[in-house]
Amino acid sequence: MNAAAEPIARGLAEEAGRMPPPAVGPVAPRTSPTRGAPIGLSAHIHGWLLLLPAAVLLVTFTYYPAVATIIDSFFSTPKGRRNAAFIGLDNYQAMLDDPVFWRALGNNIVYAASVIPLTIALALMMAILINGKIAGRPFLRLSFFTPTVLPMIAVANIWLFFYSPGYGLLDQFLGVFGFATHNWLGDEHTALACLIVVAIWKDAGFFMIFYLAALQQMSPQLAEAAAIEGASRWYFFRRVTFPLLMPTTLFVLINAIINSFRLIDHIVVMTRGGPDNTTALLLFYIYEVGFKFWDTAYAATLTVVLLALLAFLALGQFLFLDRRIHYQ
Amino acid sequence: MNPIRIGQESGRANAVIEAAGAWLLAALWILPLAYALWAAIHPSAYSAHFIPNAPLTVQNFVTAWNAAPFARYFLNTFLLVTMILATQLVLCTLAAYAFARFAFFGRDIAFIIVLLQLMIMPDVLIVENYRTMSAFGIVDTIPAIGLPYMASAFGIFLLRQTFKGVPRELDEAARVEGAGPLQVLLKVYVPLAKPIYIAYGLVSVSYHWNNFLWPLIVTNSVNTRPLTVGLQIFASTDQGIDWSVITAATLMTSAPLLIAFLLFQQQFVQSFMRAGIR
Repeated sequence: MNAAAEPIARGLAEEAGRMPPPAVGPVAPRTSPTRGAPIGLSAHIHGWLLLLPAAVLLVTFTYYPAVATIIDSFFSTPKGRRNAAFIGLDNYQAMLDDPVFWRALGNNIVYAASVIPLTIALALMMAILINGKIAGRPFLRLSFFTPTVLPMIAVANIWLFFYSPGYGLLDQFLGVFGFATHNWLGDEHTALACLIVVAIWKDAGFFMIFYLAALQQMSPQLAEAAAIEGASRWYFFRRVTFPLLMPTTLFVLINAIINSFRLIDHIVVMTRGGPDNTTALLLFYIYEVGFKFWDTAYAATLTVVLLALLAFLALGQFLFLDRRIHYQ
Repeated sequence: MNPIRIGQESGRANAVIEAAGAWLLAALWILPLAYALWAAIHPSAYSAHFIPNAPLTVQNFVTAWNAAPFARYFLNTFLLVTMILATQLVLCTLAAYAFARFAFFGRDIAFIIVLLQLMIMPDVLIVENYRTMSAFGIVDTIPAIGLPYMASAFGIFLLRQTFKGVPRELDEAARVEGAGPLQVLLKVYVPLAKPIYIAYGLVSVSYHWNNFLWPLIVTNSVNTRPLTVGLQIFASTDQGIDWSVITAATLMTSAPLLIAFLLFQQQFVQSFMRAGIR
């Protein structure tokens, strides 16, 4: 969920208050906000006690490691008896001089810049198709959404088979038209593109359902009015549907960006970063440095870059959604 | 012919083209799964040889099942997913209740800090979390796979929103009858949030059933490996690549979620939608 169900960042979009909270029971008349709620000292104690178990785990496995990552990036990797020593910015200097780091960062940018817009465009197209009066909608929805519930690791195996040179389905299909067989994942010109296709295939159906939900909330009178006015479908989409779907697009965009930095399962299965690092993404490189070469300090340094990217994104999102967020 | 008729005719032609395009896209989308199914239920000689009267077999599934301890992997994944979900439900319910209904000191700051986990997620903190697990001496245990995910900011957020929608009158009525804070939570808030619990549960189960990288890092024995890691080890060992057996194993590991999805399609889609936007 992998990739299915990425429970990431969905929250902030929701906090933007696109839709009201679910109506549970009858609507209550307005009352003073503190009435009935515990007040005074007991509210402080009860509140913190209730929060405590979750807070302990969050601190131990999210906030502490985030801070420790930054600290470790200024130290050397402990080896044998030698303890970690403070080395200042040496790890960062090594990183700037590391061609594989630049390669992974560049790959990740190409990957994100291809996967994100294509996935969103396809998701939107699928949602509009299914939202219309089309034959066989249940089958269409099923086939678009199914990749979402399958483990990335499993579908990567299927795609590996699909791409295999000679007898893989892709080569067999192209062979009909007289193309020579091709080692899709072994060729540095095609390997990353192959992974991009898998990522798009996996997530388009997932994002489709958010568009579908938004489309179903749109008033059909808008389309009727546009039809009477003689507006073309493209014009209607461009001037009415697309702007109205903007909050959904923003939400999907955030999820898509996060996935493009977070999910590397298919790389582990299909290429292991090769050939010649052409498919190494940032997190994959961190995994290799940290758990293949066991250079934990350098892995921490690379993680800082990834965290900085994500934090930058979080900040932008926070500022962008600022107007509509109300924490109360 | 009047212009309106022409408009209708071209509209119909467009609709046909559109339907054809949609079906083509859907066929492409289901193709990898269909392909895997073909390879898994035919002898390996037919795995890339598509003729209608190819003999059917279940041998690939039998071979795969016997070639690796899949029963143990299934058990591990089942334990993992259950443990994570149960803990998540309890911890997130308590924290969400605190955020929704208690005006405690530092609440708003604490809430923003919790939300940070939506962006800075455990999936990228693999290096430090591995170090923590080593320090605790619990590397290669099922709890070690689950611990980083048990306090879920997403779950806290989702339930907080739901709890805030519960009318205060119900809360007060229960308090008047003498219920304490925890009793109010169990008798009033939890029952009203049932659809959200189901939605969150489905999302959490599919996420952790499919999760791969962190379990790969933190496990190294048959007794702890979940299905995803077991499948990867099975598929990548150099025992001669028999695609039919690998696809059979692949389908087998995805089967429980896939079958559940096919049976409760509407529920799945709605849950994902509910958990995503509302």
